[in-house]
Amino acid sequence: MGIDYIVPEFEVDRNEQRCIHCRVCECQCANEVHSYSKEAGIMLSDETRCVNCQRCVSLCPTRALKIVKNPCSFRENANWQPDLIKEVYRQASTGGVLLSSMGTPKPYPVYWDRILINASQVTNPSIDPLREPMETKVFLGKRPEKISRDPEGNLITKLPPQITLSMPVMFSAMSYGSISYNAHASLARAATKLGILYNTGEGGLHEDFYRYGPNTIVQVASGRFGVHEGYLEAGAAIEIKMGQGAKPGIGGHLPGAKIVGDVSRTRMIPEGTDAISPAPHHDIYSIEDLRQLVYSLKEATNYEKPVIVKVAAVHNIAAIASGIARSGADIIAIDGFRGGTGAAPTRIRDNVGIPIELALASVDRRLRDEGIRGNVSLVVGGSIRCASDVVKAIALGADACYIATAALLALGCHLCRTCHSGKCNWGIATQRPDLVKRLNPDIGSERLVNLMNAWRHEIMELMGGMGINSIEALKGNRLMLRGVGLSGKELEILGISHAGE
Amino acid sequence: MKRVYVNEEWCLGCHLCEYNCAFANSGKPNMAVALKGKPIFPNIHVEGDDKITYAVSCRHCEDPICVRSCIAGALSKSDAGVVQIDHSRCVGCYTCLLVCPYGALAPGADGLMSKCELCLTNGLGEPACVAGCPNRAIVYEEREVI
Amino acid sequence: MKRYVIIGGGIAAASCAEGIRSRDQRGIVTVISEEKELYYRPLISYYLEGKTSLDHMKYRDGDFYQKINADIRYGTRAVSIRKDQQEVLLSDGEVLPYDELCLATGSSPFVPAFEGLETVENKTAFMSLEDMLRLEKMVGASSRVLIIGAGLIGLKCAEGLLRRVQSVTVCDLADRILSSILDEPCAALMQQHLERYGMQFLLGDSVKRFEKNLAYMASGKEVSFDVLVLCVGVRPNLTLFKELGGKTDRGILVDERMATSIEHIYASGDCTQGFDLSCGKKRIMAILPNASMQGFTAGVNMTGASQALMNLIPMNAIGFFGFHALTAGSYEGALYEEKTDHSIKRLYIQDDLLKGFMLIGVQERAGIYTSLIRDQVPLSSLNEELMKKMPTTAAYSAEIRRKKFGGAV
Repeated sequence: MGIDYIVPEFEVDRNEQRCIHCRVCECQCANEVHSYSKEAGIMLSDETRCVNCQRCVSLCPTRALKIVKNPCSFRENANWQPDLIKEVYRQASTGGVLLSSMGTPKPYPVYWDRILINASQVTNPSIDPLREPMETKVFLGKRPEKISRDPEGNLITKLPPQITLSMPVMFSAMSYGSISYNAHASLARAATKLGILYNTGEGGLHEDFYRYGPNTIVQVASGRFGVHEGYLEAGAAIEIKMGQGAKPGIGGHLPGAKIVGDVSRTRMIPEGTDAISPAPHHDIYSIEDLRQLVYSLKEATNYEKPVIVKVAAVHNIAAIASGIARSGADIIAIDGFRGGTGAAPTRIRDNVGIPIELALASVDRRLRDEGIRGNVSLVVGGSIRCASDVVKAIALGADACYIATAALLALGCHLCRTCHSGKCNWGIATQRPDLVKRLNPDIGSERLVNLMNAWRHEIMELMGGMGINSIEALKGNRLMLRGVGLSGKELEILGISHAGE
Repeated sequence: MKRVYVNEEWCLGCHLCEYNCAFANSGKPNMAVALKGKPIFPNIHVEGDDKITYAVSCRHCEDPICVRSCIAGALSKSDAGVVQIDHSRCVGCYTCLLVCPYGALAPGADGLMSKCELCLTNGLGEPACVAGCPNRAIVYEEREVI
Repeated sequence: MKRYVIIGGGIAAASCAEGIRSRDQRGIVTVISEEKELYYRPLISYYLEGKTSLDHMKYRDGDFYQKINADIRYGTRAVSIRKDQQEVLLSDGEVLPYDELCLATGSSPFVPAFEGLETVENKTAFMSLEDMLRLEKMVGASSRVLIIGAGLIGLKCAEGLLRRVQSVTVCDLADRILSSILDEPCAALMQQHLERYGMQFLLGDSVKRFEKNLAYMASGKEVSFDVLVLCVGVRPNLTLFKELGGKTDRGILVDERMATSIEHIYASGDCTQGFDLSCGKKRIMAILPNASMQGFTAGVNMTGASQALMNLIPMNAIGFFGFHALTAGSYEGALYEEKTDHSIKRLYIQDDLLKGFMLIGVQERAGIYTSLIRDQVPLSSLNEELMKKMPTTAAYSAEIRRKKFGGAV
């Protein structure tokens, strides 16, 4: 081995006065950063392995540990930034495509942070959600164009299948395989408790989780892993995954090493084989082809379940959505380019796709303009980070939001962005039994429920401030939004006025 | 009565319970002060192999053989059902260690026996092992009698 | 109202009274104790060593019998039993009628007829608080103590005295110390340890005759001493029972309910010979834990219950200056051994069962081994190799362990 050009990104700062040599850091670090020298009677650190996941920091009983940024730096260069230099070094030594995990860390504009929410003053009363009723329930699915009633006034229109959510948030697709059994258990249990839905991703549905079916979206992706009749029937809705915000235009690749035991059984592929999801669905080359799959799935489930088509937010997303809305799909899910992933080529994650805020605004307007907004519900994801992001998304026209990164954070994820290593110290993005057991679903589901309850309260507070008492009344209500520091073009696409207007 | 139970499925073998126990019973206000540079003598011990780990502490048996066997009257069962040790009476004969079917007793730094008293005597109220378990593997609750 | 009489002054008697009270709050319980108080007998050597006080030696703060509402007659002897009339005749002339009687008469030191023993001025046995206090008065910093008997009692006495006197010499006819519980290598390891602390031994040797402060040994050696302690052995106190024609062997024979061969008479503690699960025979197992369990069982059964005590085995925890020997069961069957310079572990395995063990210098979780013997756990039902290496519940199957530790949440 020649010279390693890459200096460690982090340093382990161990306070020797506090360290009691309990070695919790050592036993909890799957990257083997920490070790104990019997000879010297001290704890040692190998920073080259540290990913700054902070497991050791969190568990150190005397708070003796800090992981800090290594101050050792390249000569400053505004063009050749340190990450770019390191990536060159890495590729020069491996010759491979760079892999990354979770959403892009690059400083692209976050439009949520440039949009402000309105509140009532004087001329229209605000609502106190603690005193007055406030509805956060939403229904997802096709709206009938008109309804008819019989002479007695009873509804005779047969309503298309709907999903009912207690609040406009769902846990988005993360496959069993990319995340652990216990992470899935936490999501499934929390979704059930909350009255919302979680999503299997393309890894199939573990037999233990069929009982959470009424709160499950089952996904059908290009690899068709784990798809069978019982699977389709188990869920409350079926999602066709056409694309993912973090890696539009490419497929997925779960290495054979992770296809073990239950993961292999659930995906219905032999142990040790790579699970390759092709970039396209090989049977879909047009909206007409998509329509065939949508109706195949509806046919298979007796037209009882709504079908979601999930696409990445890319250029021309409005036209794409318009096509999907005509394909028979009940719900369109759009995933913005800042969305997370268990593994994606770095270049794609950081350079392909568009922000969800712009995609949402243009899709909503396009569907309205074409008079087909009622054909579908819109669900948006790709970095919905907090309750105000949800409120802004609804006001921009979304029916509900998908969250995943925030859910993983609730489970302990520290965004170290090394999911692809399979050595998640928090028991989330791993299949190693000793690591998986670190996530107790009792705790995990409880934390997810706490998070969603907190968001729900905040959503009600924000709505109350605007004098709005239901999500339905907020939907597409762009008058409630104002931009700050945005160009005329950006405001035009978002369909909102600038603050002060 | 409430007892300490360990769920093997969630025990990580991190040994934090041992350190939390030793600290809780040290009488010191700070863990580093209490434990730095010293061997620890906790009343809970992590056992197991590379696959399964779990922590063992006194089961507070209904009819504790250790109490029956103590040659010094140091061990007793409180009205609440807690098996307690009176250190001023213990002579370190190890008879309790010889009879405890759980291996829950071990000598402390002074050679006298030390055992779990559910943190009822050190002023904590809730057992330190339970409060400090990072994965809720150790719980303190009421169950059907063992 | 039932009338219960217990004869005995030790733990077996106290536990018997406790056993009676666990089921019968109203019956009259009378306890006849020759000794003047109820105390933890095994502590007498620890007192000499300064590890406990007279106050702390009292059984449960000294008011145990009052608390359980039993009539305790300290300093009283039972002279005889009239089994047909169901009466006990006491040394103060009183006649005590009983419905159920328990003999917890214990054992007494056995002193062989040494020639010239009467010429030794400072001598005592080491069995009771009285013996111990007598001995304490005899010894001083310059005393040379000769202890006859290198058994459990003799050696604990030696340990208690060692730092208070000039020298302690222990002699025994056997060629090793603790011959009743340790084999040759284990005894040698323990002896080395004791010698490191300055204890002296004359093993495989016996006293031929005493002449005042001089002991003439069979080997020809002469030992000069100031204080003589006789710890040759103990014998169960059987006289009362034998007079009635009750069945005895070396002790009073009891069944698993602690009933003797005579109706309404139970027995417990050091005077009995009960079933030893580890060897399948009736043996004397004169140790405090067994006395306590036997006494309690006798008491429960005297109230009319039928509780069997099936899992008694011999067990000994004995340590000197921080170095401990733990033994249990019978030394029968195939031997598994681990040895270091400072420790020996010997396990005896027969018919898929652990029968007995000796642990010297290793003690962690030894009770798990003891429970294997007492519960007759088939070794094939667990990870035998792991269990042999170290006593651990990890060797049990997850299911058994879950049961033992109270189940999953």
